Amino acid sequence: MKPLSYVQVRTAREAIEAFVAAGESARYIAGGTNLYDLMKLGIEKPAHLIDIADLDGANRIDTDGDRLFFGGAALMADVAEHPVVRDDYPVLAESLSKAASQQLRNMATVGGNLLQRTRCPYFRNGANGAYPCNKREPGSGCAAIGGMDRSQAVLGASAACNAVSPGDWPVALMAMDAAIELQGLDGPRVIPIAELYRPPSRTPHLEFTIGREEIVTGISVPKTAAGRTSTYLKVRDRESYAFALVSAAVALEMDGDRVRQAHVALGGVATVPWRARPAEALLRGETLDRERALEAARAAFAEARAGRHNAFKIELGARTLADAIINAGSKSR
Amino acid sequence: MPDPQDRQPFDLTRRQVLEAGTIVSLTGTMLPAAALAQPAGPRPSPENGMTVPLSFHLSFRVNGRPTALDVDARTSLLDLLRERLGLVGAKKGCDHGQCGACTVHLDGRRVASCLTMAAKANGRDVTTIEGIAGANGLHPMQQAFIDHDALQCGYCTPGQIMAAIACVKEGHASTPEQIKEYMSGNICRCGAYVGIVAAIEQAAPRIERS
Ligand SMILES: Cc1cc2nc3c(=O)[nH]c(=O)nc-3n(C[C@H](O)[C@H](O)[C@H](O)COP(=O)(O)OP(=O)(O)OC[C@H]3O[C@@H](n4cnc5c(N)ncnc54)[C@H](O)[C@@H]3O)c2cc1C
Ligand code: SF4
Ligand code: FES
Ligand code: FES
Repeated sequence: MKPLSYVQVRTAREAIEAFVAAGESARYIAGGTNLYDLMKLGIEKPAHLIDIADLDGANRIDTDGDRLFFGGAALMADVAEHPVVRDDYPVLAESLSKAASQQLRNMATVGGNLLQRTRCPYFRNGANGAYPCNKREPGSGCAAIGGMDRSQAVLGASAACNAVSPGDWPVALMAMDAAIELQGLDGPRVIPIAELYRPPSRTPHLEFTIGREEIVTGISVPKTAAGRTSTYLKVRDRESYAFALVSAAVALEMDGDRVRQAHVALGGVATVPWRARPAEALLRGETLDRERALEAARAAFAEARAGRHNAFKIELGARTLADAIINAGSKSR
Repeated sequence: MPDPQDRQPFDLTRRQVLEAGTIVSLTGTMLPAAALAQPAGPRPSPENGMTVPLSFHLSFRVNGRPTALDVDARTSLLDLLRERLGLVGAKKGCDHGQCGACTVHLDGRRVASCLTMAAKANGRDVTTIEGIAGANGLHPMQQAFIDHDALQCGYCTPGQIMAAIACVKEGHASTPEQIKEYMSGNICRCGAYVGIVAAIEQAAPRIERS
């Protein structure tokens, strides 16, 4: 690791000023569970860290208004176990409680979670010339495409990168139409979560749309009855403490036993948190049975493209999504 | 991290470090802090010629004892505990948050000390396996691990016990299934899981929930 300066700040303004003063090699750090890890692997090389985990009020969780609000530095464990989130928005709570371990959820923030980097094995383990990686070293090539690609994406890949977007929480937030609150040099702004992520295209090293100095000050989710009729289903290589092979976030607005509107997103299979609109369209107005659910789920994977070792994700993904749709629907009864 | 910058300015033997750890003083400063500290104060950064402090003055409590020292800003809490304070109970299994062997409590909550920057402990309370036994003997969770033979080589055990105590305090130890889920962050290479779950079930009623 390179020599490092480290400061703790109390307000977003102080943080932004410190960031700008420090220049190119500055980074914000929150829980550090991703950034510090990548520093040890020689992938992230900041010279200046600005710790924003203790900004005043940044760990606030507020469920009173017409939106749920989570401060950018709220801990994953605290959001997962908040009674309103747990009881009325299981898709959100489960996406967090099924991620990482309790130790890590006690450290990691819900803002940092949005901006964590891929677990692509060639990205993480290939520093210092071991493997080419367009995300680590733009233009160097991609070792995963045509390589050991069992973990890689089947949706949204480009010829430059097929790395999976690793987070569970962003997938649930995508299904729930969350908004991301930002603070930057030009003041605050709000964007839909779908606008936070860039597809890899030819520039997989550019992963997020926000400015380098911008801070995620909060995440808000519209309150909806569909929250109760929701679920996050995650399939892993082992039962717990692993990233998703495939995951599905489903929230259903029901009209009796018919689906008025479905909200569906997928994780573990795509290069960005993946909104599955074709599945949503097929579920609209339908009553739910296993066959319909599977048909909608297969539609979500119609455009999927497999590599050498990850074709299983297409069938596993469709079945997982179908199960999630049925599980969510069963909560309306 | 075989970076020469990581080395201490003085070559301390393990014994000296252990001794230093025992002299964490009543006044709140560590006696040999001057000797142990990185050269403090500003140093020019190679990148941009800026003057930046590369060490961080850390003041916190370890197992109830006030402790203050300068740390290289890159130091993990795990390395600080083991290499500087002689508290070698927390183990380094993976150094990447993947095994739980380094679990300690930060302000009463379990964390992976390998992915916690030491500077983050500033002003806070750290509890390690060395700090949980009471005046009258072992902590009930330690005793339960012995009673149930919940270990083989013992490498994961300090982390398991610290995680287990927190698991009970959080209210996540009401069924064996829940214990398994909320203890999944602690890997046991020897596969002592059956004993670990039994030990936690035994100790749970004797530990207060927070
Ligand atoms: C062993 C292990 C297993 C894991 N398993 C899972 C899993 O199953 N599912 C899952 O979803 N995640 C998993 N994770 C990832 C973990 O959830 C993320 O590392 C964590 O959420 C990141 O949050 P943080 O606060 O620690 O971020 P940091 O590491 O501090 O920061 C991450 C990035 O975000 C930036 N950043 C942080 N906060 C802000 C902010 N407020 N504004 C602007 N930029 C910011 C930082 O500059 C950095 O680039 C796992 C991690 C480990 C180590
Ligand atoms: S898939 Fe993306 S992250 Fe992985 S090696 Fe290729 S370019 Fe790098
Ligand atoms: S050493 Fe910290 S989790 Fe493995
Ligand atoms: S007892 Fe050997 S690793 Fe757990």
